[in-house]
Amino acid sequence: MKKKSSKQEALEAEAISIFREVVATSTNPVMLYSMGKDSSVLLHLAYKAFYPAPIPFPILHVDTNWKFRDMYKFRDEITKKYDINLIVYKNPDAVAQNINPFEHGANHTDIWKTEGLKQALNKYGFDAAIGGARRDEEKSRAKERIFSFRDKKHKWDPKNQRPELWDIFNTKKNNGESFRVFPLSNWTELDIWEYISDQKIPIVPLYFAKTRNTVIRDGMIYMLDDDRFPIEKNEIPKLRKIRFRTLGCYPLTCAVESDAVDLNAIIEEIKTIKTSERNGRKIDSDQDSSMEKKKRDGYF
Amino acid sequence: MNNINAKPQLRFMTCGSVDDGKSTLIGRLLFDCGEVYDDQVQSLINDSKTFGTTGENIDFALLLDGLSAEREQGITIDVAYRYFRTKNRDFVVADTPGHEQYTRNMVTAASNCEAAIILIDARKGISVQTYRHAYIVNMMGIKNIYIAVNKMDLVEYSQKIFDNIKNKFNEYANKIKLERFEVLPICAITGENLNAKSKNMSWFSGPTLIEILENTDNLQIEQSNTDFCMSVQYVNRPNLDFRGFCGNVIRGELVIGDEICVLPSGQITTVSQILIGDKSADKASKNDAITICFNDEIDCSRGDVITASKNRMQISDQFNVQIIWMSEQALIPRRNMVMKIAHQSVYASINPPDFKIDFTTLGQLATKTLNVNDIGFAKLSTDKPIVYAPFSECPKLGSFILIDKLTNQTLAAGLIEFALRRAQNIHWQLSEIGRNEHAIQKSQKAAIIWLTGLSGSGKSTIANIIERQLFEMGHHSYILDGDNVRHGLCRDLGFTQTDRIENIRRVAHVARLMSDAGLIVICAFISPYSAERELARSVAQEGEFIEVYVKTLLETAEKRDPKGLYKRARSGEIKNFTGIDSPYEVPLSPELIIETTTHSANECANEIMEYLIENEFIKPC
Repeated sequence: MKKKSSKQEALEAEAISIFREVVATSTNPVMLYSMGKDSSVLLHLAYKAFYPAPIPFPILHVDTNWKFRDMYKFRDEITKKYDINLIVYKNPDAVAQNINPFEHGANHTDIWKTEGLKQALNKYGFDAAIGGARRDEEKSRAKERIFSFRDKKHKWDPKNQRPELWDIFNTKKNNGESFRVFPLSNWTELDIWEYISDQKIPIVPLYFAKTRNTVIRDGMIYMLDDDRFPIEKNEIPKLRKIRFRTLGCYPLTCAVESDAVDLNAIIEEIKTIKTSERNGRKIDSDQDSSMEKKKRDGYF
Repeated sequence: MNNINAKPQLRFMTCGSVDDGKSTLIGRLLFDCGEVYDDQVQSLINDSKTFGTTGENIDFALLLDGLSAEREQGITIDVAYRYFRTKNRDFVVADTPGHEQYTRNMVTAASNCEAAIILIDARKGISVQTYRHAYIVNMMGIKNIYIAVNKMDLVEYSQKIFDNIKNKFNEYANKIKLERFEVLPICAITGENLNAKSKNMSWFSGPTLIEILENTDNLQIEQSNTDFCMSVQYVNRPNLDFRGFCGNVIRGELVIGDEICVLPSGQITTVSQILIGDKSADKASKNDAITICFNDEIDCSRGDVITASKNRMQISDQFNVQIIWMSEQALIPRRNMVMKIAHQSVYASINPPDFKIDFTTLGQLATKTLNVNDIGFAKLSTDKPIVYAPFSECPKLGSFILIDKLTNQTLAAGLIEFALRRAQNIHWQLSEIGRNEHAIQKSQKAAIIWLTGLSGSGKSTIANIIERQLFEMGHHSYILDGDNVRHGLCRDLGFTQTDRIENIRRVAHVARLMSDAGLIVICAFISPYSAERELARSVAQEGEFIEVYVKTLLETAEKRDPKGLYKRARSGEIKNFTGIDSPYEVPLSPELIIETTTHSANECANEIMEYLIENEFIKPC
């Protein structure tokens, strides 16, 4: 088996140290979990950081009711495997109003995820929320700190961030204020895949290419996961060999055609691919600076 | 990176003034390395039309300026991190803001980089910001510095313009003692000398920027001390049977069974178990994230430092520090702040600064406070002793941040230069043979003859005559003078007030060790401040310190000017020159005053020899 590279070792040691710093300096931390590949890596690192103790914080999934079925199945398996305290939170307003991506467009993400997250953080009084965002994902994330301060309203002020020197983190805050913490800040998409491969970390099967039922809409490939997907008259469902590079809410996440059925093939594909990872995410392209705007409002 | 033999990832930063083209440089590097995806190129083309500042061309800077305010204003506000790879190496690049008000972001980026590219606009040449950036990256311990003279296309690829800038920078580099740097001409917008050699600059034979970066060593401050050391970040105690101390190894190796010492308490135990992540290990090495268990139940908590027991770390509560002030709110001397150093958190306060740095001249500016972006030297006290190392020896135990107690804002970053006093738990190695026995064996009484006076007053000449006479009488002596200690012992020190004080402190201690060995030590130092002469006296054994004021008129000394120093000081070439623009405090009660304006060097030396005989340090022939 291939040995971990010195780069992987350095990234792993850095992430573990960030986890330990959060637990040592906050009173009520939580880890955000979305069943995606980055979440899988994050969970694995949390397990390593505190071994032989169980992971010393709850795992929060801010649910939208609109994840792929495979993702829910995977979540239940993982909860058992890692012996974690999983909290699933759904924004009751979104449940009541049946908010969905087809009728509500961009509001779907805002109400389920951004508002849902803020409600959950308030409800449980979490003062540090660990997430799997990476700086290479998107332009405004490239500007993000590792320990990123949030005011009482969970707002991010990108122009007034605390300087982050060496590996000394200013974790001081007043009551009601909090931090978003990003242990994977310095990882790239390829680093994630190589680490998953090296550590044999379980991931949702949707990442691997398989023949699945799809339609094409606005040039993007949508997978038909259940009968909630309204098919237009001119759309003909077709079997295609596809996989997901990134997993979010269905149907806000689009698939790519691919033959990559295993990790080695995925790694080769990532090395040569010509589009960016989040190209399959509709929420990023609503308007310029879309991610920055969402982040300012409290999105992860 | 799959090839585990390849060079590790390199983290580098770009800095330069506003509009020197930093973002363009990085955008171009990413583009040339194929790191810009098709959909990003499309959005870049769209953005270039809306916000672009490059006319019809693609504005590569827009790849990086991720915040909407940056795109609107066409400037970089915050550090952006980008990741790219060539076929030989992985890189992380931190794009830092150029504007002076964002200098603190630059310091932030520098704290986590191993190389720095400083951009200069060929049309404008070197600016104050260039000096500031070079000073900062050097101060922060970055060992690979590359000066990229950009926009060569706008000066018709002129070698003459490039050479002028290069020569001017070389002068500055000498002043701040830059060890390694290279200067190269580039054109970021066209990619010339980035990934491919420029046809328009065939006069430049050096490597391209990418080649330089690919071959850069991940040099960090060398740690000559390789004893194991780890700062305890977290204590893992899931149940009564397990108590593990977590942290990342700062240096050295740890093996199961090793004896270790926990500081500051000084308790000693041995290692029973090592975990690297979730795996048991026999051995841990530098940078590993580990958990250690001990064989004894000793007290150890977050912030403590675990170290190889044979060589303890230093502990102190007063330090000389270099401070980079980062807050809009100026330093309030003597006010308590929270200090974080490694995982220790204490209260600290700063005395009124000794001085701040003028980046262009490297001169010292008198100041009562530090404002945002100022860099100064000051004394810092902590409310309890902390485990530390000078930054130059171990950055992780020599760097700290200061936090406002009320607003929780990060006020400043700092580097420990040295401690002003050490805690008492460091014991002297007592030798079996005492100082008196050493001296009796040499038929003399140990002494420290401290010659103080202006440059050119005759100190060294007199010292040499005394030494010759003592030697001929069969005595044992040694001369310490400014020139011989500055070649080695004090090679790292300059001529600032702080450095002069440290210089004298070291000399005083060396002189004391030599007098303990029974020697007659002759020290010839300008030593202009009475405080430092008092320090030297306090370090010496009572009764052995002989302060000799070598008195001369400034005009006489300036006329002699044996090393041509006065001339250079008068022309402004040398700053802080005693007697010219730096004071000499006349000794108030020296043991001896000798007048070299009216007496010859031999006559003066004889006066000192007579003093030694009269006070029975030596016997007459």
